[in-house]
Amino acid sequence: MVRLILVEHFPVLVVAVSLISAFTIVVAGWVNKKSCWVISTATILLQLIMAFFILNHVLTKDTIHYRLGGWTPPWGIEYVIDALNAYVLIVVLFLSLICVIYSKRSIEHELPHKIVPFYAVYQLLITGLCGITVTGDIFNMYVFVEITSLAAYALIASASGRALKASFVYLVLGSIGACFFLLGIGFLYAVTGSLNMTDLSLLLPPLYGNRVVQAAFVFFAVGLSIKIALFPLHVWQPDAYTYAPSAVTAIIAATMSKVSAYALIRVIYSVFTLDFINNYRYVDIAICWIAAIGIIAGSVLAIVQHNLKRMLAYSSVSQIGYIVLGIGLSPITAWGLLGAIVHISNHAIMKGCLFLAAGSFIYKYDLWDIRDFEGLGKKMPYASAAFTIAAISMIGVPPSTGFATKLFLILASLQSAEVFSGSAYVFVGVLLLSSLLNLVYFWRVIERMYFVKKEELNGGEREGDAPLSMLVPMLLLAALCIVIGILWLTRLPLPFIGDALFELGVEVLP
Amino acid sequence: MVELMTPLFVILCPALAAPMILLFGKRPNIREGWTIAAGIAMFSLVLSMVPVILKGEVIRYTFFQTLFANVAFGFKVDAFGLIFALTSSSLWILVSFYSIGYMRALKEHAQTRYFFSFAVAIFGAIGIALSENLLTMFIFYEILTVSTYPLVIHDQTPEALSAGRKYFAYLLTSGVFFLFAVMMTYYLTGTTDFTNGGIPALGSVPRLTLVILFFCFLLGFLKAAWMPFHSWLPTAMVAPTPVSALLHAVAVVKAGVFGIVRIVCYIYGVDLMGAVYVINEHLTLGLALACIAGFTMIVANLFAIAQDNLKRRLAYSTINQLSYIILGAALLTPDGIRGAMMHIPFHGFMKITLFLCAGAIMVVTGKKNISEMAGVGKIMPRTMLAFTITAFGMTGIPPAVGFISKWFLCLGSYRAYQTISPVMITFLFVLLIASLLDVVYFFPIIHTAFFKEPEGAEKEVEVKEAPLSMLIPLTLTAVFSVIFLLDFILRLDIISMYVYRLVEIAVGNVMS
Repeated sequence: MVRLILVEHFPVLVVAVSLISAFTIVVAGWVNKKSCWVISTATILLQLIMAFFILNHVLTKDTIHYRLGGWTPPWGIEYVIDALNAYVLIVVLFLSLICVIYSKRSIEHELPHKIVPFYAVYQLLITGLCGITVTGDIFNMYVFVEITSLAAYALIASASGRALKASFVYLVLGSIGACFFLLGIGFLYAVTGSLNMTDLSLLLPPLYGNRVVQAAFVFFAVGLSIKIALFPLHVWQPDAYTYAPSAVTAIIAATMSKVSAYALIRVIYSVFTLDFINNYRYVDIAICWIAAIGIIAGSVLAIVQHNLKRMLAYSSVSQIGYIVLGIGLSPITAWGLLGAIVHISNHAIMKGCLFLAAGSFIYKYDLWDIRDFEGLGKKMPYASAAFTIAAISMIGVPPSTGFATKLFLILASLQSAEVFSGSAYVFVGVLLLSSLLNLVYFWRVIERMYFVKKEELNGGEREGDAPLSMLVPMLLLAALCIVIGILWLTRLPLPFIGDALFELGVEVLP
Repeated sequence: MVELMTPLFVILCPALAAPMILLFGKRPNIREGWTIAAGIAMFSLVLSMVPVILKGEVIRYTFFQTLFANVAFGFKVDAFGLIFALTSSSLWILVSFYSIGYMRALKEHAQTRYFFSFAVAIFGAIGIALSENLLTMFIFYEILTVSTYPLVIHDQTPEALSAGRKYFAYLLTSGVFFLFAVMMTYYLTGTTDFTNGGIPALGSVPRLTLVILFFCFLLGFLKAAWMPFHSWLPTAMVAPTPVSALLHAVAVVKAGVFGIVRIVCYIYGVDLMGAVYVINEHLTLGLALACIAGFTMIVANLFAIAQDNLKRRLAYSTINQLSYIILGAALLTPDGIRGAMMHIPFHGFMKITLFLCAGAIMVVTGKKNISEMAGVGKIMPRTMLAFTITAFGMTGIPPAVGFISKWFLCLGSYRAYQTISPVMITFLFVLLIASLLDVVYFFPIIHTAFFKEPEGAEKEVEVKEAPLSMLIPLTLTAVFSVIFLLDFILRLDIISMYVYRLVEIAVGNVMS
């Protein structure tokens, strides 16, 4: 057997540590409620550090292959980590860390009697998310998708009241999505007899014409579309995001849909590969069109909302459209996939920040409705500033993260003109129009927060901002909105991008 | 090509001043100290680049290479960019002094936000001036748009807020067109650098694409307030007067015309502008742009005559004057471009004086409408003298400097008539008619202020000028407007000859 160095054990440790910690929390919480948060934070921090080591190893040395129990693939389960996994892993764990720090006060406030189960289930959610990210086995991925989803149902329902209904709707739709995913796996297993992704990608090419394989692709695509809440399969999302506890909304919005988007990229590129998509151009263009419609529809629906969290939820529907559009354009140009990959982290940061800020408004003043936001900029200057920076980033004002995404996707759309002809310009128009629509629905919030004068002046007293443990995560994310935005424009991430795209079989950028 | 750090230091001045202003928000004197210090430091740094550029060199500073091949995020200071940088950095100092006086005299609220946004706006404007390529320019262009919003809605009245919405609706929409045009240019040519004489690869692009791209650029530079997309500018007049001065003279609209000249001369290039036709062979891109500019000049002036609010009248005057600059570039002749480039600083100095005077009148007498201004000339003789001199300049009459740029513009249109097409003579008449209309709306103001008796008929009017921090800047700008002209005519070689030499270098680059 090949001797592995320590770093090469990290993929499995990332998952295992998290799983063990979930049970530890239950036991420890029995003794001392306060210990739950500490254990959870420490675990996620440890996982994040491991994730950085993994990324470093992947970039400097090679892809990590870890065989569970020493069973050789394709019989055993294999964890495969290349640049893309490592990157998504870091995004997920970083946002989980941010959210767990934030949730300390937020959960004490919102769910005072459920602190122990909250952290236990939260840790299970992280386990699932990490698992999806690291695994190289398609059935194993399904298992982790289910773990994640079940944890998410529970977390959403924990707010009780209307959240129960929201969670139930999500449960039904999420299960349908998972079933589709499982059916896809079943079909592929039926024709190839393998569950290992690498193995599948080698076995599938002769079978591309097979109807079963084609049906499997559709099942995967639809199943994951429900998970990422792509328009028109988004119906579960607005209620779930609105009624879930703030910290839960933030973690689900920031990471869960991103990981599902990652799963979609993985399935398309590492299981079916680019050659398969290239045979079916019309499927590709259909994906782009659905994404484009979703971008506009999500924004328009966001404009008519008065509830801030609901508005942000619809905005997520629109933003997921960006990622899917990028995926749709990627067979034609590397910039498309780059836009999608970049937006995974960008949207996680921006939306995370926005939901955290929205949560702090609720925490402090029980403000849900945008129409009540007058003077908030004075009352909670730091939380409002974080919200504003993230909102500006969503609009895509340079040099924010949103701008980088927009830039890549516009170039990708223009380059697709040779294949898609007129449609390509429609996509450019959609991207540009969407940033204006974002402006419309975000600016009315900012305008109310800062500039609309309150009728009865409260003497202008400053009533105190959110507690520090909530502010720091928000402000950190807000700062990252700008820093990462600039970073994407530079050539610094080029080695990573090169690696990630190369592993997926996409032509590397010039 | 020289690699120098100076452009970095220039941009750092406002970039550092902005957070400092926020930090010292509670202590107004220190806060304003930062504004002034940054302004003076920036102006001296910009000045220090003049000798290098006059030698015919170009200063480059690259921050980083972007992911896009051949596109760097960086600065390239050439003669034309330096002219704009000089204009905005010098006027920033004066407007800052003036703002301090104005804001304190009126005891305005949210002064920290005001000075902060001001600094960020200058950051954007200087960035635009020094940008090496379209992408860099776009980034600063959007920063400028967003940072001026809090200034426009400063009063926070429902009226101001709706003006702010209009401001955003126009300018961010235009930003979208700009972004599209930038990416399209990159897609078509693989570069976005400003190149003397235009990007060569554009020459092989299909005609229709070039036309659409050009109009996208034009829509992208809506900050130039060309008609019929001008109405955000008069609406934005709800802002405090120093802001209007900033919008009109220093940063925003100048960024718009600067961009158009950049597109005409450095992206498309003069040759391509004259070769690509829009509908048929007679209507080239250059002529189409000239028509838009000519239309704007005449119509804006007619609008201006109808305004009673002084600031609104000045706003329409700005729309008109901006189109002088656009027209100059659109004529595609050396003299036209010379006139256009010179009009950027010259108009800046004159228009800022006019706005500062309007603000001073408002602070002292509280009057906003021209019809109420009878006898103001007797109350505020110095202010109105400055106003009168620069109003003369605006119409193209000495002793202020507007005469020179207009002279070159007229020359340019005559040359265009000789070399390009006989139709071009129309624009000479358009220029003259527009100048005549300038007289029609400026002289009644002067007449009312000096020669009309106020209705109350107080016998002895007390002379009461604005605070010194307001009076000095407006006197200075007026004096400079005169010195520019004297210097130019008498060849004193003080200031404007340097401007003229810079313009010569720029024109030499463009027309080579």
